[in-house]
Formats: sequence, C-alpha cells, structure tokens
Amino acid sequence: MMSKQESAVKERRIDQEFAEKYKADFPILKQQINGHDLVYFDNAATTQKPEAVLDAVDHYNRTINANPHRGAHTLSVRATEAYENARAKVRDFINAEKSEEIIFTRNTTESINLLANSLEALVEAGDEILISILEHHSNILPWQQLAERKNLTLKYLYPDENYRIPLSELEKKLTAKTKIFSISQMSNVSGVINPVKEMAELAHQKGALVVVDGAQGAPHLKTDVRDIDADFYAFSGHKMLGPMGIGVLYGKRDLLEELPPFLKGGGMIEYVEEQGSTYAPLPEKFEAGTPNVEGAVGLQAAIEYLEEIGLDKIKEHELEITEYALEKMKQLDYLEIAGPLDLEDRGGIISFNIKDIHSHDLATIVDSEGIAIRSGHHCAQPLMKFYGLNSTGRISFYLYNNKAEVDRFLESLEKVREVFGYGS
Amino acid sequence: MDLDSVYTELIMEHNKNSRNKHALEKADLSEHGHNPSCGDDITLELKFDGDIISDAAFTGSGCAISQASTSIMIDLIKGKSIEEALELVETFIAMIKKDIEDQQELRKLKDAMALKNISNMPARVKCAVLSWHTLKEALNERN
Repeated sequence: MMSKQESAVKERRIDQEFAEKYKADFPILKQQINGHDLVYFDNAATTQKPEAVLDAVDHYNRTINANPHRGAHTLSVRATEAYENARAKVRDFINAEKSEEIIFTRNTTESINLLANSLEALVEAGDEILISILEHHSNILPWQQLAERKNLTLKYLYPDENYRIPLSELEKKLTAKTKIFSISQMSNVSGVINPVKEMAELAHQKGALVVVDGAQGAPHLKTDVRDIDADFYAFSGHKMLGPMGIGVLYGKRDLLEELPPFLKGGGMIEYVEEQGSTYAPLPEKFEAGTPNVEGAVGLQAAIEYLEEIGLDKIKEHELEITEYALEKMKQLDYLEIAGPLDLEDRGGIISFNIKDIHSHDLATIVDSEGIAIRSGHHCAQPLMKFYGLNSTGRISFYLYNNKAEVDRFLESLEKVREVFGYGS
Repeated sequence: MDLDSVYTELIMEHNKNSRNKHALEKADLSEHGHNPSCGDDITLELKFDGDIISDAAFTGSGCAISQASTSIMIDLIKGKSIEEALELVETFIAMIKKDIEDQQELRKLKDAMALKNISNMPARVKCAVLSWHTLKEALNERN
C-alpha cells in the first residue's frame, strides 16, 4: 500500500499531467507576462480558447462565410448549415428536446434581458419576482426594471452562515403571487452551486416560471435542462472556451411560442405589411438581424472540445485544485475567504481578501508576478453589501490550471504583504 | 511594470498613517467621491477662511493609491485659494493623462508628483484621480 505521502505525490503528478496536456492546446497561455510564465486565474470572467476553437472560426471565415437563411447561393446555404449544426450541438449539450428551443444571443446578459422584456406580457401589477442576493447584476437589473415598469414586487433569497441558500428559505419566500423565479446555477463570487433542480420543483408547485442563470454553471457542470425542469436557461460561450459575443437562451417550446419577440427587424418576420407583420417561427422569432454565425461555430467547437475530455473529469480536476488552494489558504491568518471552505456543492471559484490590503492593490502586485486574478465587486454589489465587503480578490480555475500555479499564487501573496510592509 | 515606482515609500506612508484621515469638525463643505467599480469611497471635508482653504480632511476606504492620493492632495491644498487649488487639480489630472510631462511645470504638485507613474497603469488611473475630481466638484459648488 502506498504511504500518504506517496499518494499525495502521485496525485500531484496526475494533476500536473492533466493540466499540462490540455494547456498545450491554448496558445495564449504559452506567454510571459511581466517576465513570468502566465498563470491565468480569471476564468469566471472569461476563459481562453483552444486551437480547435480558433481553427473552427478561422475555417468558417476562410471558406464558408455568408449571410445565413437568406440567399439561394451555395455559401449562404453552407453558412445556414454551419449555424444550424451549432444550434443542434447546443441542444444536445444541455439535453434540450428541440433545436428551436435554442435561441442564440450575445451572452447571458442579453438572454436575461430578452426574457425580462418578453415576459412582461405574462405578468401584471402585484405579481412577485423572486431572485437571490447571490445574483450577478445581469440577473438583477432586468428584473428590477421589469418590476418598476409593471409595478411588481422584487423579492430576494438570502444564504445561511454556510453561504448556501436553504430550500426552507425558498419555501418561505415563494407565494401564490410569485410569477418568475430566477436563480444562478453557481455563484460567481462564493462558488456555491445552488440546488436548482429542487428549487425548480418548489417554484413550479407555486406556479412560478423558473429561469436558471447558467453563466458559471454551463462551463463546469454537466447540465440537463429537462432534468432540472428549467423553463428558461441562459449561458455564455466565452466562459466555456468559446468566442465572446455568442450566448444562448434555452426556453421550453410552448413558452417561447407564447412570448412576443424582443428585437424586431430582419430575419424574424414572416410577412411584413405597411401596418402590421407576422413573425417567423422559432427560433428565428427571437433572432432579429444577421446572427453571429462564426461565434456559433466557435461555440460548437468549444462544446466538442469539452465533451471529448468530459465535463465530469474537468470538474474533478478543478475541485482538486480548489481543495488544495483552500487547504493552504485557510492556514494563512491574514486571509479572509468569502465562501465555503468545504467542497460540497461548490465549484472552482475562491473569493478572498488580505487583511488591510485593498483587492485592487493585491491584483496589481500579483499581476507583476504574471498572475491574472480578478478584483472588485464582481458585478454582484448586493451580495458584497450583504457580506459587508467593499471588494474581494477572486481566483477561478479551469482545466488548464494546476496546483503548481496555486503555489506560485500563494508565493505572490507574500510579495503583496512585503510591498505593504507586513510579515515575511 | 516596476512596482517600486508605484508603491513608493511616500505613498505607502500616506496610505498607512495618514494624518489627514479623520472627520473634520464644523466643516463648511463635505463632498462624497466614489469609484463604484472598485469600491473606492471617500468623503472630503473642507473648511474655508474667505477664499482660502483653511483646513481639509477625509474619511473613507479604498486601495492604497486612492487613499494616498487623497492624503497627499490635502497636504498640497491646505492654505491655498480656491483658484489655486483648482489649478493644481487641472495640473494633476493633466499629469496622470500625460497631457503635461514637463517636470518644471509639474513641480508645483510637490509630493503629488510621486503619483506620476500611475499614468502608466491604465487600470489604476481612476484610483489616483478620484479625490482630485471630488475636490473639483466641491470647489465648483463653493464658487
């Protein structure tokens, strides 16, 4: 039998091999920043692109590009095919039933804005919208404004001392008036994963529509929208190795049929008369204007790349790094971690502060060591306020990160303290 | 990027032990300044003797750059007229934007010249200029 030490060494080797094998696919990561090998720990903000994605977009632009759905010429037909293949890939990725349930948008933000605009048709004054305090601004503002426009009440769920939202909190806040319940699959600040399936069931019992913000979830968690029974599910391509400017809104078909379109113009019509028009069927009804076909093609390549490795394997790798980082970080008494220290229902995101040092100074100094981390309020001001924080630093992992990078990050924290005249 | 040229001793000292960081009793004017994207948040308080800024102090929280910049600014403007202070604000902002690079012209900024290198760090410019914009707002109200 292996000793504990031997098995730790072996585990570390596997971690290293995993990360290095895949890191080789990402040209951007093979560079030095400020004289040091780049460590990219800002994956919750955006991720990097493997050769497969860069090649797919390049190939599309060099050989296929044309306006889809319009022309009778060969390239237009091929572009349409490329776009629709990408849609089918997204459908399978989240296990939606039909391709027309997949609406391409720019990103999660646009997906939720589209929804909040179109859902206006289904709510009336006095109804309630329920969200949580964990939400990103993009899952707050559209609802805030819908509530203002239609005189609705916006209510919030709050986490317990363990950073999780208990189901009892949801049961308490749901009422017969709750028409929309919108919740993130994973918090972009604390890394907590919400039990969206159980939450959706409770919300449905009260007759509410369930919206799941999958911006942090889709890139890291195997997601089945039918299993969750989400009425709507939104995510972004650029947080899962795909291009910026391509995102997805999934909606159950009968609901999408019922909703009025958001943007109006070319591509989303059937007949246009001088004084009135009829709309194209799904999904075109929600995709006015020339779409981002190269983005969709890149997203398809990203999904294929992730699926080949396996999201479960990637998550396992991320959690190993997270466990390692948390273990080391909690031993540093100058660090305050704004999130759970256990690994249950959590992803590879760690928010933290160094006592008496602002997160922007922290980010600047670790950047001088070639380490990219996020600092600030992470577009979640209500959550920061709830926890009494002005800002935090944040590290977030993906398949190409490893424990040796965590060591370098921890060393850079010592440098931060040094610059500020503490410790060492 | 050379960290030592940004986190200088002077800046670290002002950040850590600013004698200017406290509430000002019976202030004539109080102005709030805020960088929502990073959480820098200061309240600048001023006392006037006619046209002269007779005393100034600040409270709040933020990164080392924002806090030191505020404290250094207060040292500089105390005893100055409103017009002189507004001119110093313009010179400081021009220094950070690299509109003025002539050392001779910048000399009147005294210790605030230590913040010149922030002009090479686009992500941190807003930290350095927060208090100066806040002062400008306050003085324009007074005028």
